[in-house]
Amino acid sequence: MKKNDVILQTVTKIVFFIILTFGVELFLAGHNSPGGGFIGGLVLSSAFVLLYLVYDIETVHRGTPFDFKRVAALGVLLAVGTGMLSIVFGEPFLTQTTWLVDLPVFGETELGTMTIFEAGVALTVLGVVVTIILGISEDVE
Amino acid sequence: MVGRRILLEFVLLIFLPVIFAILVPFAYKKIKGIHTGWFVFLVPLVLFGYYLSFLPLVMDGGHASSELNWIPSLGIAFTSYIDGLSLLFTLLITGIGSLVVLYSVFYMDREKEDLGSFYVYLLIFMTAMLGVVQSDNTMTLYLFWELTSISSFLLIGFWYTKDKSRFGALKSMMITVFGGLMMLGAFILLSIMGETFSVRELIAQAPELVSQPYFTLALILLLLGAFTKSAQFPFYIWLPDAMEAPTPVSAYLHSATMVKAGIYLVARFTPIFGTSSTWIWLVTGIGLLTLFWGSFFAVKQTDLKAILAFSTVSQLGLIMSLLGAGAISYHATAAMFGFATYAAIFHLINHAAFKGGLFMIAGIIDHETGTRDIRKLGGLMSVMPISFTVAAIGSLSMAGLPPFSGFLSKEMFLESMVALRHFELFNFDTWGIMFPIVAWIASVFTFTYSLYFVLKTFMGQKKFDKLPKQPHEAPIGMLISPMILATIVILVFFIPNVVGKWIIKPAVMAIQPTLYANPSAIDIHVKAWHGFGAVGLWLTIGVIAFGTLLYLTIPKWQPLYRIQPDKLSLNEGYDALMRGSEKGLNRVSRLYMTGKIRTYLLYMFAFMSVSIIALLFIKDAFVVDMNSFSAITLYGSLNAIVLILSVGFVVFAKSRLAAIIALGGVGYSVALFFVIFKAPDLALTQLVIETVSVALFLLAFKHLPALSSHGETKRIKVVNLIVSLSVGVMVTLVALSSHSQKMIPSISKYYKDTVESEAAGGNIVNVILVDYRGFDTLFEIAVLAIAGIAVLGMIRLRVSRKEPNDENK
Repeated sequence: MKKNDVILQTVTKIVFFIILTFGVELFLAGHNSPGGGFIGGLVLSSAFVLLYLVYDIETVHRGTPFDFKRVAALGVLLAVGTGMLSIVFGEPFLTQTTWLVDLPVFGETELGTMTIFEAGVALTVLGVVVTIILGISEDVE
Repeated sequence: MVGRRILLEFVLLIFLPVIFAILVPFAYKKIKGIHTGWFVFLVPLVLFGYYLSFLPLVMDGGHASSELNWIPSLGIAFTSYIDGLSLLFTLLITGIGSLVVLYSVFYMDREKEDLGSFYVYLLIFMTAMLGVVQSDNTMTLYLFWELTSISSFLLIGFWYTKDKSRFGALKSMMITVFGGLMMLGAFILLSIMGETFSVRELIAQAPELVSQPYFTLALILLLLGAFTKSAQFPFYIWLPDAMEAPTPVSAYLHSATMVKAGIYLVARFTPIFGTSSTWIWLVTGIGLLTLFWGSFFAVKQTDLKAILAFSTVSQLGLIMSLLGAGAISYHATAAMFGFATYAAIFHLINHAAFKGGLFMIAGIIDHETGTRDIRKLGGLMSVMPISFTVAAIGSLSMAGLPPFSGFLSKEMFLESMVALRHFELFNFDTWGIMFPIVAWIASVFTFTYSLYFVLKTFMGQKKFDKLPKQPHEAPIGMLISPMILATIVILVFFIPNVVGKWIIKPAVMAIQPTLYANPSAIDIHVKAWHGFGAVGLWLTIGVIAFGTLLYLTIPKWQPLYRIQPDKLSLNEGYDALMRGSEKGLNRVSRLYMTGKIRTYLLYMFAFMSVSIIALLFIKDAFVVDMNSFSAITLYGSLNAIVLILSVGFVVFAKSRLAAIIALGGVGYSVALFFVIFKAPDLALTQLVIETVSVALFLLAFKHLPALSSHGETKRIKVVNLIVSLSVGVMVTLVALSSHSQKMIPSISKYYKDTVESEAAGGNIVNVILVDYRGFDTLFEIAVLAIAGIAVLGMIRLRVSRKEPNDENK
C-alpha cells in the first residue's frame, strides 16, 4: 500500500510554524509569565520532532542544515558565557543585570542578560532532545 | 644510673646493614670474582666490635641512648637505648650474624644462587633485629618487628620455585604478622594508659598502670605477639615449616635471633606486667607446655632440621617459663626467683651458641651427603670427624651434660622449677608441684632427642650406597663457624661467672630494674658442683638415666605417636582455618552477592525503610498536625483517584504497552495536580516531558522482549510486596511528620518581596531558575547535554565494539 500523507504534510507545514512561534513566545515571556527557556526549548524541539515524523530524516536534514549536537553545545556555551561575562565586570559568577532600552519598534523595553542565559538553556534542551530522539530512531532503523 | 656521652649517634648504626644492602647488588653484579658474602661479612663484624665497647658501661649498670626524630608531632622517634638486655641481644645478633655470614660464604654457591637477593634480605633482617632490641619507642619497635617478619618471609621463601618454601613462608608470615598486629594493639593500649610511647617511661609508671582497666587486655595482646614470634604453643607450627629456608637462615633466624624476639619482648616488658598473676601463669605455663610438647615431638621427626626446629621450640619454651618464674620475684623475696631470670638469660646465650652450631652441622651434612633424612644417614663419624665433634658438643650441651654450658643452665632451670613449689601466692602451692614434674619429663625427652640427633646421624652402620653423594668432610671454611660456637659452649662452662658478670647480670638488672641497685648487687655465683645435697644434681642424674633408657627403647614406644591422628594436629587445624575462612567467606559473599540488581535494591529499600521507621519510633518524631493541612478540593480528590487508578494499572498491567500508557496517565494527572496547585511552569514542563518520555518508551518498546516473570516465585513476590509497602509507609510517615513540624520559616518570602525590585521579573519560578539560582540551572543543562552525549555514545560505540570481534574471527 502506497502511503499518502498529503493531508498530514500540508497540515504540518502550517502547524510547524505555529509551534515554533509558540515556543519563541514561551521563551520570551518566561521572565514575567509562565514559560522560559526550558519549556520554550521543549516546545521548539517538539516542532522538529513533528517534522521528523511526517517527513523522512533526509528531507528534514536538507531543510535544516545544522547539527543538533552543536546546537546543544552552543547552548551550554552561551549559558556559561553569561556567567563568565559577569566575572569580567568584576561581579560574582552568573550575576544577571537588566537595562531599559528604547527600541524603535517595541518602544521602551527591558533587556537583560538572563535572556542570553535562557537562550542557552533553550538551545541546549532543543539540541539534546532532538539528538536523543534522532539517535535512537536511527539506531532503530 | 650512669650515662655516657657517645660522640657517634649510634642509633644510626641500626641502619648500617640496610644501607649496606643497597650496595650489595652492585657488588654482586660487578665483582664476579669474589663471593659477595665477604663484603657483607664486614658489616656484622664491625658492628660486633663497636658494640663490645659498650660492655664496660653496661657492666656498671649504666645505659646509653641516642635519638633520631621521625614524627615529632606524634612523639615517634627512633630511639636506641642500650642497657644490659639490649646489649646482650645486640651482641648475639651481630656475633652470630658474622658467623652465619661466614658460613654462608661457603654454603651458598656463587654460581647457582641469587646471592644479591640473599644478602639484601639478610641485611634487612639484621637492621630489623637490631631495631627491635634497641628501640625504646614502641612504635618503632613495632616497625622493626614487622620488618623481621617480612625479611624472614623473604628468606624462608628464598628458593621460591619450591612449593614447600612458599607454603612455609606464607605460614610464618600469617602467624607472625597476626601476633605483630596483636602486639601493636598492646602498644596502643599502653600508650593510651601511660600517654607515652617510650618503654622506659612506661616502666617508670608501672605501679599506676597495674590498676588501669586495659591492663590485662594489653598484657594478653602483648603475649600473643611474643608467643607467635617465639613459636610458643600453639603458634609454634610455623617454625618446622620455616625449615625450607637455606640453612644459614635457619641457623640465624630460626634458632639464634628472630625466635628470641618474643623472649626479648617478654623480658623487656616484665617490669610492667610482671606483677600480674596472669602474666606469671601464662608465661610460665605456656612456656612449660611448649617445652614439653616440643621435646616430645622432636623424637618423632626424621628430618635433621625438623628435629632441630622442634628442639628450638622446646628450648624457647624453657626460657619463656624461666622468665615467667623470674617475675615471681616481684612478690616473693626468695632469692630463688631472681635466680630464674638469671637462668633464663644464661640459657638464652647457651641456646644461641649450641643451636646455631647444630644447624650449621645439619647444613653441612645436607651439603656433603645430599640428604637430611635421618633414616638414610648413619656412620658418618669416621668420615666427618670434625662435624661429629661439633655436633656432639652441641647435642650434649643441649641435653644438659657436663662439661658443656647447657649443663649449668639446665641445672639452674630444674632448680628454679623445684623452687616454684614453695611460692605461696596465686594457687602455686597446690599446682606448683606440676611444674618440676613437667620440666623433668621434658628434660628427659630433650636428652633423648639430643642422643637421637647425634647418634643416629654419626653412629651405627654405614649406608653410604643409599646416599645421593659420597660423603666426605666439609671444607674448613664451612667448619669455622660451628667450631667457634662449639668452643664458646665449652668455654662458658669453665668461666660461667665471667660471662655472668659481663653480660648476664646487666641483662637481669634490665629485666628487674627495681630489685637491684646495680649489676654487682646480684648475688648469684654459678657453680658446676653443688655437692650431693643439691636437688639439681639428682634430677640431672635421673634425666640421664631415663633419657638413655628411652633412647635405647625408641622402636618400642614410637607407636605412641600414632595415637594422635594426623587430622587432629595443629598443622591440620591451621590448614583447616585457612581453607575454611576462604571457603566460608566465599560462601557468605555468594549468599548475599547474587549479581542481581533486584536483590541489591531489595537490601537497600528494606534497610532504608526499617532504619527510618525505627528512627521515627525511637525519636518519637511522628507528629500529625491537622491544622497545617489545607482544605481538600473536589478537583484534587478526583485527580487523586485518577492518579491512584493509573498507578494501580501500571503495577498490575499484564502487557508492557498498557503499563506505558498507564504511566503516561500518571504523568498527565501529576501535571493536572500542578495546575490545581497553581504551578503553571511545572505543569507545562511536566506535560511536554511526559509526552517525550512516553514517546521514548514506545520507541524502546518495539525492541523489548515480552514481559516475563524473571523467575519470580510467589515467595519473592510476597517479599517484594512487604518491602514496597514498608517503603511506602516510611515515605508517608516522613512526609506527614515533616509537614507537621516546620522548624524554620520558609525563605520564599524574600523571593516574593524582591522579585520585581532586585531581579526585574514577574515569574518567580523562572527568576529563581535563571537569576537567584542560575548555578543549578547551568549544571542541569550540563546534565542534559551529558545525557545526550551518552545516548549517542552508547548507540555509536556499540557498533564499533563489534569490529574487533570480527577481526578475531
